[in-house]
Amino acid sequence: MYASIHAPGNLPALLECAAQFSPLVEETSPDDVIFDIRGLRLIFGAPKHIAEEIYRRLGVPGNVAIAANPDAAFFAARGIAGVTVIEPGCEAAVLAPLPLYLLGGSPELAHTLDLWGIRTLGEFAALPTAGIAARLGEEGVRLQRLARGSATRQLRLRTDPLEFREEFEPETTIDLQESLLLLAGRMMDDLCARLARQSLKTNEVRMTLKLERGADHVTTLRLPVPMLDAKTFLKLLQLELNEQPPAAGVKKISIEMIPVASRTMQHGLFEPPSPEPERLEITLARIRGLVGSGNIGVAEVEDTHRADRFVIVGQACSLRDAYSGAGRAGRMPAAGCKPAPHLKLILRRFRPPVHAQVWCSATNQPVRIVSAKGDWRVQACAGPWITSGDWWTEAWDWEEWDVEVTASGVYRIHQDRRARQWVVEGEYD
Amino acid sequence: MAAALSITRGFVPRERTDFLDSLLGAIPRGALTEISGPPSSGRTTFLCSLIASATANGELCALIDVDDAFDPATASAAGVRLAQVLWVRCGGNLDHAIRAADLLAQAGGFGLVAIDMGDTPVRIVHRLPLAVWFRLRHAVQNTKTALVSLAGRVHAHSCSELKIQLSRDRAVWRGKLPGRLLEGFSVTAQCVKNHRPEPRSFTIVR
Repeated sequence: MYASIHAPGNLPALLECAAQFSPLVEETSPDDVIFDIRGLRLIFGAPKHIAEEIYRRLGVPGNVAIAANPDAAFFAARGIAGVTVIEPGCEAAVLAPLPLYLLGGSPELAHTLDLWGIRTLGEFAALPTAGIAARLGEEGVRLQRLARGSATRQLRLRTDPLEFREEFEPETTIDLQESLLLLAGRMMDDLCARLARQSLKTNEVRMTLKLERGADHVTTLRLPVPMLDAKTFLKLLQLELNEQPPAAGVKKISIEMIPVASRTMQHGLFEPPSPEPERLEITLARIRGLVGSGNIGVAEVEDTHRADRFVIVGQACSLRDAYSGAGRAGRMPAAGCKPAPHLKLILRRFRPPVHAQVWCSATNQPVRIVSAKGDWRVQACAGPWITSGDWWTEAWDWEEWDVEVTASGVYRIHQDRRARQWVVEGEYD
Repeated sequence: MAAALSITRGFVPRERTDFLDSLLGAIPRGALTEISGPPSSGRTTFLCSLIASATANGELCALIDVDDAFDPATASAAGVRLAQVLWVRCGGNLDHAIRAADLLAQAGGFGLVAIDMGDTPVRIVHRLPLAVWFRLRHAVQNTKTALVSLAGRVHAHSCSELKIQLSRDRAVWRGKLPGRLLEGFSVTAQCVKNHRPEPRSFTIVR
């Protein structure tokens, strides 16, 4: 048996009332709820008494209906004022006088039925099913079944959005990081336990500290893979707080974990090893604390002909693709690491490029270079190669040379043809 | 053991570098390998070829770049899969580089961890106490990680299992100006394995 309540504009009251009777509640529309009342007979007695009890507890004006299937109860609650109890088998008779617009359906179908002179559910239910199927198709048959009160379905149960948040407001403000981490550790233990009960993990931990003065201090840990290890989170949090401590005493701590499904990854016997994500994340956080957050990650070369253009992709998430991709693309490593079969010349860059004075010959070839790296005589050179681009933003126009200098190495130099400035870009090594 | 090898800017037929495998064998895992040589001796090329080989196997590598000299564009052209290389730029701070190397070696799971000190003055690297190299060697011992250091000279002494010393014989140019091209280097590699230098030397002509 199912009960439906219709009370326009009172959804919170409807949900609260339904929750008093059953955990299986469907939020059908902003004005209606349907819930399962099987088993309530032992508490309240006959369905009529159950309906009256629901109506009494509703607290706002509305209609209550009870029927053997959810849709019959829904239409009865929407169309019949007060309390209605439909005995099993009597659905069609009770719903028959109700107006047809309660069924919903597409405007074209409603227009067609209107042209046929069908105004009530009873008139629609009386039409032959084969004719409805031939003329109105599958939707027509479905609506006719609803009109007859014979449609059965499962409730689409309402579930509260999962929120994993813990808040704590200490009696006095917290000034020491150790005390803060002690409390944060306990809160994260609880959150991790709650996540574990739902078979979930998290890929983002957000800690908000309400300070004695000034704006809130927000620390966010973005993890490359879903994890559920409170100790790891605490260590990462400690490293973040070491880098950016709160500016004042803490009045309130709030920690939220964003739930995500666990990753499913099966490691193969013949795949190369890869770092354990939790451990690597802590390692990266430690190194980030040493060298700065912009100096660690994975390089991506920009799509341009301009030299030395790259970006460091991501921070903690930079190796995410590698985690998943490394094993699949790889094979069991050999006992050692062999050089690649093709040796291609690599340039070691000077960052920033070293400014230089260059003397050229009559044929416009560099013959002497003076820079912070030394005073060099050019033995051999190749060039020039003219490169230019980005005229629409930061235009560059270079003349590049490869030079071999006495008692040193082979370098790449270039002249900015606009500024007439020479620099040593790097060294071939 | 010493040998000459050629490093070019373009494609090199397989047979030209087969000798390198036979000369050097494989860089040992769970041990420290030192690559040393003066500027333009091919040491960075050699290191990048190791990284390219490891990344081609699907392994993750870490490059600790003391002087911020790594060029992703030429490395990518040389076969390094950048997405599998963790690049740590230390801005000239050798102390940070050593600590980062220690942390990455302890983390485990990397196929290769390289410390590039190619532009760091030799006297500064030489100041590192031997205990640092012992600690690094100990961190990778009995793991699948190959630890490689690149510097102007060898510094780790008995801590490194393999030392590869490179020196440039000459730069190879092709053609005449203005159409001349830098084709590559002719390099001599001397390999000291298991602390027993083998005096045999030979040269391969390009």
